[in-house]
Amino acid sequence: MKVLVPVKRVVDYNVKVRVKADNSGVDIANVKMSMNPFCEIAVEEAVRLKEKGAATEIIAVSAGVAQCQETLRNAMAIGADRGILIETDVELQPLAVAKLLKAVVDREQPQLVILGKQAIDDDANQTGQMLAALLGWGQATFASKVEIEGNTAKVTCEVDGGLETISVKLPAIITTDLRLNEPRYATLPNIMKAKKKQLDTLKPADLGVDVTPRLTTLKVEEPPKRKGGVKVADVAALIDKLKNEAKVI
Amino acid sequence: MANLVIAEHDHGSLKAATLNVISAASVIGGEVHVLVAGHNAKAAAEAASQVAGVAKVLLADGDAHAHRLPENTAAQVVAAASAYSHILAPATPYGKAVAPRVAALLDKAQISDIIKVIDADTFMRPIYAGNAYATVKSSDSVKVLTVRGTAFAAAAKTGGSGVVENVSPIADSGVSTFVSAELVKSERPELAAAKIIVSGGRGLGSGEKYREVLTPLADKLGAAMGASRAAVDAGYVPNDYQVGQTGKIVAPDLYIAIGVSGAIQHLAGMKDSKVIVAINKDPDAPIFSVADYGLVADLFEAVPELASKL
Repeated sequence: MKVLVPVKRVVDYNVKVRVKADNSGVDIANVKMSMNPFCEIAVEEAVRLKEKGAATEIIAVSAGVAQCQETLRNAMAIGADRGILIETDVELQPLAVAKLLKAVVDREQPQLVILGKQAIDDDANQTGQMLAALLGWGQATFASKVEIEGNTAKVTCEVDGGLETISVKLPAIITTDLRLNEPRYATLPNIMKAKKKQLDTLKPADLGVDVTPRLTTLKVEEPPKRKGGVKVADVAALIDKLKNEAKVI
Repeated sequence: MANLVIAEHDHGSLKAATLNVISAASVIGGEVHVLVAGHNAKAAAEAASQVAGVAKVLLADGDAHAHRLPENTAAQVVAAASAYSHILAPATPYGKAVAPRVAALLDKAQISDIIKVIDADTFMRPIYAGNAYATVKSSDSVKVLTVRGTAFAAAAKTGGSGVVENVSPIADSGVSTFVSAELVKSERPELAAAKIIVSGGRGLGSGEKYREVLTPLADKLGAAMGASRAAVDAGYVPNDYQVGQTGKIVAPDLYIAIGVSGAIQHLAGMKDSKVIVAINKDPDAPIFSVADYGLVADLFEAVPELASKL
């Protein structure tokens, strides 16, 4: 079974972004970039499926600027077998990414696509579900456990109030939640090995996909700042404030 | 044109988040219709028809909707979509699973997690864990939106007089089947709708301590219980306790953060709470920068004392 894992290059989890003075966006010049954490979980899950013998080949795919190659190398260092970069400088929105991925799926014919549930830059949480719709496949979102049983995937999903287990016919889409696994660190030998793995570069036009954005960002601004309040001396003072000042209890 | 709200429900009643989405749809303007895709869901449809501002309820009642599988819900929405300029769903796991599917089937972009309606084409939404707010304009003829519940007051459950119209349920997609659910039955209010939340972080040290220290306080206050990602990662509590960028977004009247350091991803999920209390022994913890009332203390002493004196 071939598994496709899309990965996104985003501003690193630990960076607190700043809004640009002209309100045109956030400043990501000279900021550390990393693989989106949920995508890392997706790569790890694919590697585990391969280690269990359920997957035979893992293809990492990324869409965006040339530097996404680094993200693909990172995925290959975790254990992906090869990479595909769809290179473009156009701002990619989830629907366009889903269309690009559909074109890659049509070429590669994987039985499973594992994606992160959400990218921590645009926080959109759309691409996996959109790809499932475009392919007419079933989807298991916010997965916390994945088992491949013949031609179905039994997936436990995080829902409000607990967990729900569904069985999805393959081929299918899975999006990862936080607790699915803990991604391994790439070891130095694996990082070296990843440099030699195959990485193909395509353009959106090669895939016949129009990636023109449908949404225009008019303005990006700082959220209203919440002011810190006061420190209280002890529990009695806290109760007094909550009862008599804030009147919330 | 009218707006279609995708109801989240349990067949017998509406989930609270649906009421916030109905509010957002009312702000956009135009008639508000609600789709209830369920199985033996007449009661949920009737509840929806009573909600203030709802003109019509489409009830698609059929086997395919028994487990609210997103493939089926999305197909049902698409079957009705041509009459609508805006399609809205709650930004909950259910709404997030369904709405992008609808958008892709209609070849439209989706705007996720809106917190403000600027005009019929333009919406504000948080990005980068709420560290920036983007104002986004759509050029599509149909807008598919998910709505952050805490940003829109819940519509009143009564006062509406919508008509319930039966629509033919779609056939099951056949690609996905429900196996089982493990839902935690709790006497506590739902996290996203609670007036008071008691939330714990890594400072509690273990799942046992989390329960031992926080439960009496939460019981006393009738509060929902939440947690930081660090506490979830460490396995103290299940994932659906998580408040933050990738967990639940909450805005209760009172949020008590206990042993929570206040990482930006956590603040993203709770900084719109009316009153924030932080109890932490580290006076430099970032949580104090957003707390209305901060208590620098050992939580293992302060929290039991607080619970006993309330």
